[in-house]
Amino acid sequence: MQTHYIWQYIPLVLQILVALAMAGGMVAASFFIGKHKRTKVKLGAYECGMDPVGDARGRFSVKFYMVAMLFILFDVEAVFIMPWAVIYRQLHTITGQRLFGFWEMVVYLGFVAVGLFYVWKKGILDWTNTSSRGDL
Amino acid sequence: MFLLSFLYLLLFVIPEGNLLFASRATESIMDNTNLLWLIPTLPFAGFLINGTLGRKLPRAAVSAIALLFTVLPALIVAKLWLILKADGAPLALQAVSRPWIAVSGFHVDFAFTVDHLTLIMLSIITGVGFLIHIYSVGYMAYEEGFWRFFAYLNLFMFFMLVLVLSSSFLLLFVGWEGVGLASYLLIGFYFTKDSAANAGKKAFIVNRIGDFGFLLAMFLLIAHFGSLDFNTVFSHAATTAAPFTAICLLLALGATGKSAQIPLYVWLPDAMEGPTPVSALIHAATMVTAGIYMVARCHVLFNLSPTALAVVACIGAATALLAATIGMVQNDIKRVLAYSTVSQLGYMFMACGVGAYSAGIFHVMTHAFFKALLFLAAGSVIHALGGEQDMRKMGALRKRIPITFWTMSAGVFAIAGFPFLSGFFSKDEILFQAFTAGTAVGKFAWAIGVFTAFLTSFYMFRLWFKTFFGASHVVEHNTHDHHAAHDSHGSHGVHESPLVMTAPLMILAVLAIIGGIVGVPTAFGGHNEFEHFLDPVLSSGHEVVAASSGTAIALSTVATLAFALGLGLAYQLYIRKPGTSREIAKKLQPIYSLLDHKYWVDEVYNFAIVGSLLNVSRIALSGIVDTGIVQGSIGLLSSGTGALASVTRRMQSGNIRSYAGWLALGAAAVIAITIFIH
Amino acid sequence: MSTNLLALLPELVLTITGVLVMVLEPVIPAGKSRKPLGWLAILGSLLSGLAAFYQLQIVNAQGTLTAFYSTIQIDPFSIFFHLLIAAVVLVTLLGSLDYFESPITHAGEYFALVLFGAVGMMFMTSSVELLMVFIGLEISSISTYILAGFRKGRATASESSIKYFLLGSFATAFFLYGVALIYGATGSTSIGPIAAGLAITRTPTMAILAVAMVLIGLGFKVSAAPFHVWTPDVYQGAPAPVVGLMSTAPKAAAFAVLLRFLFNGTPMLHGHWILLIEILAVASMCLGNLGALKQHDVKRLLAYSSIAHAGYLLVAFTGTHQNAVAGACFYTATYAAMNVGAFLVLSQLSGFSERIRSIEDFTGLALKRPGMSALLGFFLLSLIGIPFTGGFFGKFYVFSGALQNGHVWLGIVGLANSGVACFYYLRLLAAIYSRPTSDSVAYIPVRKVTAPAAVALAATALATLGLGILPNKLVHLVERATPTTTAAVAVQPTQQ
Repeated sequence: MQTHYIWQYIPLVLQILVALAMAGGMVAASFFIGKHKRTKVKLGAYECGMDPVGDARGRFSVKFYMVAMLFILFDVEAVFIMPWAVIYRQLHTITGQRLFGFWEMVVYLGFVAVGLFYVWKKGILDWTNTSSRGDL
Repeated sequence: MFLLSFLYLLLFVIPEGNLLFASRATESIMDNTNLLWLIPTLPFAGFLINGTLGRKLPRAAVSAIALLFTVLPALIVAKLWLILKADGAPLALQAVSRPWIAVSGFHVDFAFTVDHLTLIMLSIITGVGFLIHIYSVGYMAYEEGFWRFFAYLNLFMFFMLVLVLSSSFLLLFVGWEGVGLASYLLIGFYFTKDSAANAGKKAFIVNRIGDFGFLLAMFLLIAHFGSLDFNTVFSHAATTAAPFTAICLLLALGATGKSAQIPLYVWLPDAMEGPTPVSALIHAATMVTAGIYMVARCHVLFNLSPTALAVVACIGAATALLAATIGMVQNDIKRVLAYSTVSQLGYMFMACGVGAYSAGIFHVMTHAFFKALLFLAAGSVIHALGGEQDMRKMGALRKRIPITFWTMSAGVFAIAGFPFLSGFFSKDEILFQAFTAGTAVGKFAWAIGVFTAFLTSFYMFRLWFKTFFGASHVVEHNTHDHHAAHDSHGSHGVHESPLVMTAPLMILAVLAIIGGIVGVPTAFGGHNEFEHFLDPVLSSGHEVVAASSGTAIALSTVATLAFALGLGLAYQLYIRKPGTSREIAKKLQPIYSLLDHKYWVDEVYNFAIVGSLLNVSRIALSGIVDTGIVQGSIGLLSSGTGALASVTRRMQSGNIRSYAGWLALGAAAVIAITIFIH
Repeated sequence: MSTNLLALLPELVLTITGVLVMVLEPVIPAGKSRKPLGWLAILGSLLSGLAAFYQLQIVNAQGTLTAFYSTIQIDPFSIFFHLLIAAVVLVTLLGSLDYFESPITHAGEYFALVLFGAVGMMFMTSSVELLMVFIGLEISSISTYILAGFRKGRATASESSIKYFLLGSFATAFFLYGVALIYGATGSTSIGPIAAGLAITRTPTMAILAVAMVLIGLGFKVSAAPFHVWTPDVYQGAPAPVVGLMSTAPKAAAFAVLLRFLFNGTPMLHGHWILLIEILAVASMCLGNLGALKQHDVKRLLAYSSIAHAGYLLVAFTGTHQNAVAGACFYTATYAAMNVGAFLVLSQLSGFSERIRSIEDFTGLALKRPGMSALLGFFLLSLIGIPFTGGFFGKFYVFSGALQNGHVWLGIVGLANSGVACFYYLRLLAAIYSRPTSDSVAYIPVRKVTAPAAVALAATALATLGLGILPNKLVHLVERATPTTTAAVAVQPTQQ
């Protein structure tokens, strides 16, 4: 049967439609069913527990940002493990060596560990120690 | 920097010639080829020694080193003459190293060659150069940076010798730039004096314009001949279809830079800020003649382009006239000589332009004698007066500094064209060749040449009378701290210079008087040996018209008349009725003012070229947002608002955004060009 | 040793040293000197250079090495750039060993970042797979973004770093987009298959667009006009030794990528990209030189000069394939020698505080620091292009290549530009050698030139001089460096 390749995407389109319907339906349902007490907090945008609008000179610890940045970094690094894990069983046939893929990942994790070590020794994870050298 | 130069020896000299190894020395010296390497290497060694150790050495040692490493090349050149005499055959020595640059497409050897033309130039450079070195020992005796001066002077000798010895355009260019660099260093020798530093800068920049032409000509030669070797290019020139007019005009542009011709002559008068021996050596006798030498060297190319030759002749004639007219009204003794140099170089250029290359080189030689003499004598006058250069403050010096007076007189008479002195013969030869060239340009050049001869005679005698005759205007004992550069020169009133300075003057005076003998034309019973000597190199463009001795004598008479007229006029104006010149100047105010301001050329150049360049720069900057921190803060100050912080922040973020905008715009343009142009 | 490890040996050495430096940095107590780390980094870059040299012996004996599924290619071309980058890093580290000597300057991180940046640059030159090139580009860029802001606490430094980062990411996006498009047009991101794919592609316009995009992305990295706007601000704010590094090594790497990509990857489109190259070259030369004329800040002036030099380098691309590669390689090397030298002198003169910046501050310097003045003068003369310096032969080589290939007007523009350029170099030079104004020299502190810095200065000066006197040695190396493709189909450049 010769069909246009676009038909392969029909399930995807359906999924999108269902997702839209679910999300839209929930919001609509709560709008119609729920009570509406419009307080300032409720109307404000939610951004990591902080007031998105306000005085830019408000002071808070730079450590928030340090931790956030470190989270992103290690998060992204961890994500790289995912595709590796997915094809790990085929790696030995691709590379022609049995443990090549394994050692590659060990090296990779080694680098991540070194990064962690550096961050640790610099005292950035140390939330309370005021004499830390985390003045990056 | 001097340490770096040591690398030069390690990298280049030792592997090439093994010159420094004593075991081979005797054997190498006998080998004529190695002699060629030795000629420029010796001054360079002098430069290295004085440059590295000179600061700690006593003055006597510094001067001994400098002199030793200058006299040795002169002796080698003398030996070359002996070889020539012994052989009888035309001299053609060549010293080739292994390939210097071998790029796919073409290669250049590090090669020196000596033929008759080079031999003449070598003799001038080493001979006159040595005399000027001797003179400098006396002249610079009390200057700060004595060692530095001699190191630079030897460096100059090195590059100048490389220039004339080279057997390829590229090596010639290396020497060409090198002498420019040495000249820059020497003009700016008194670098704490602003005018000197600026003059050095000006010379350098103006010469870069000439170099632009030279480089472009070289690239055209590479493109059409695949080589920069003189032999290869010249022997294939006749059979190659190349844009010879373009090449020659570009080469001529290079020559106008170095040899101070229109339009690039403006640097030479300013270059007089350097010490006087420098003016004598670099800005009279040797470096400025490099352009003439280069044109003569490339005569094969120039002969293929009548247009280029005509342009060269016209430039030469025009420069000769223009500089001579300016020279008439200058009051600084060195400036008069500087304009006179420009004018005489114009003669040489003119000679090349009418195909009389050997006459041009002949004039190079005689000019080296009498102009070096004039500068050194002027230096002696300045020395005697404790740094005074203004001729209005001289006068009646002939009794007080007699040796200077007599030697300088020889120079003045020689340059003015007094019959049978050196300048007479060489100038005559040029005028004769121009007249008999058989072209309209030639006749035109001759006419201007004769008129310029009259002007030359006038301004030289003006200088002579104002300096040595008439009433004394010397301000006695005015010399303390008056002139920073020369304040150490004798402050005990007017005095004759020491023997170390007057001896070179006397030798040069003899040369200026009899130096023309080698080129006495047949009309005066000579054999024009000079021209025949150069025949193997400079086979003349056109045969000289035979049986013209009548014409020759007639032309000489005209030139002598021009000399006499100039002398008479100067005598009338400055001796018999000393006030008249001022009255004439008053009557002809516009012309006088024009001459006094050197035709406003500097101002026009400044306005037209430098000014417009800076304008374009400003437009380029404002167009492509150069709102950096500096400009930003200026804006802040002028805006006068209190909220500095907020403005700064807004400004900086604005910058990034506009930068990104420019990036995007550039990218859009690139993409548009890619897609739509093709 | 496996081929893979051998092929990456210089990078591996640098990476391991960099990681070591980074691990040791927090272990050393605060307040202690970071110099041992500097020496470790110096040792690493030295070993990395030796490793590249070892590779050269192997390649001489066995021919081109390929590794990691033909994404890495070690040939004389990449080895030349490895050696160059290692040399620049080595000299920079030697020259800046004492520059960051202070507890607040993060010397340890500086040494590590320089090494990491070098790894990225080396990757760029040895990779024949555009995605690998991109990774290298990012590694080197991110390191230099941070390095640009290393004079912490100063507004100009933060400005420099943030501008470089934002605009750099913007430009990198262009590069990545170009890679995506070239994949769309040819079905590959490897240099060899790209060339093969171009011969049969049905979407040539997409390919042309891809080339333009890559050119924009890399044009930014080499600060070619009209993508140069960031250069003056960034150079002005960054520490002098870092500017010396980032104006030479990453540019060399970007030029290497450009050479490989244009001449080996897309020779079919020669007629298209040559026009762009010409436009970029002329714009860079003119804007760079004209912009420099009115500058007062010396680092800014040299920034504009570096834009102009990028233009001269682009002129090299208009020669024949071999001439282009040889000319560009030679020019990169000479430019690296003289520019790193000039910035090292600046860093020695003004130190971390960079108190003397403007041309006025340099007035009369020669009286106080004759040696440094002579060195700076020498580098300036080389930048002008005076014979017996590397700068002269670089220009000569590049312009003669372009003229031989028929680009006469480009040569004329280039020469005219190098004439204009001597105006501003001489302005600085004349200021150095003139009478000091009332207080200009007074507050120039005379600091002692330490032994490592002296070695670095001598090395750059000797290299500049040596390249001018005996250019042949390098010419022979770079003429062998014409990069080869691993393409199955040999594609001849076609002139349109």
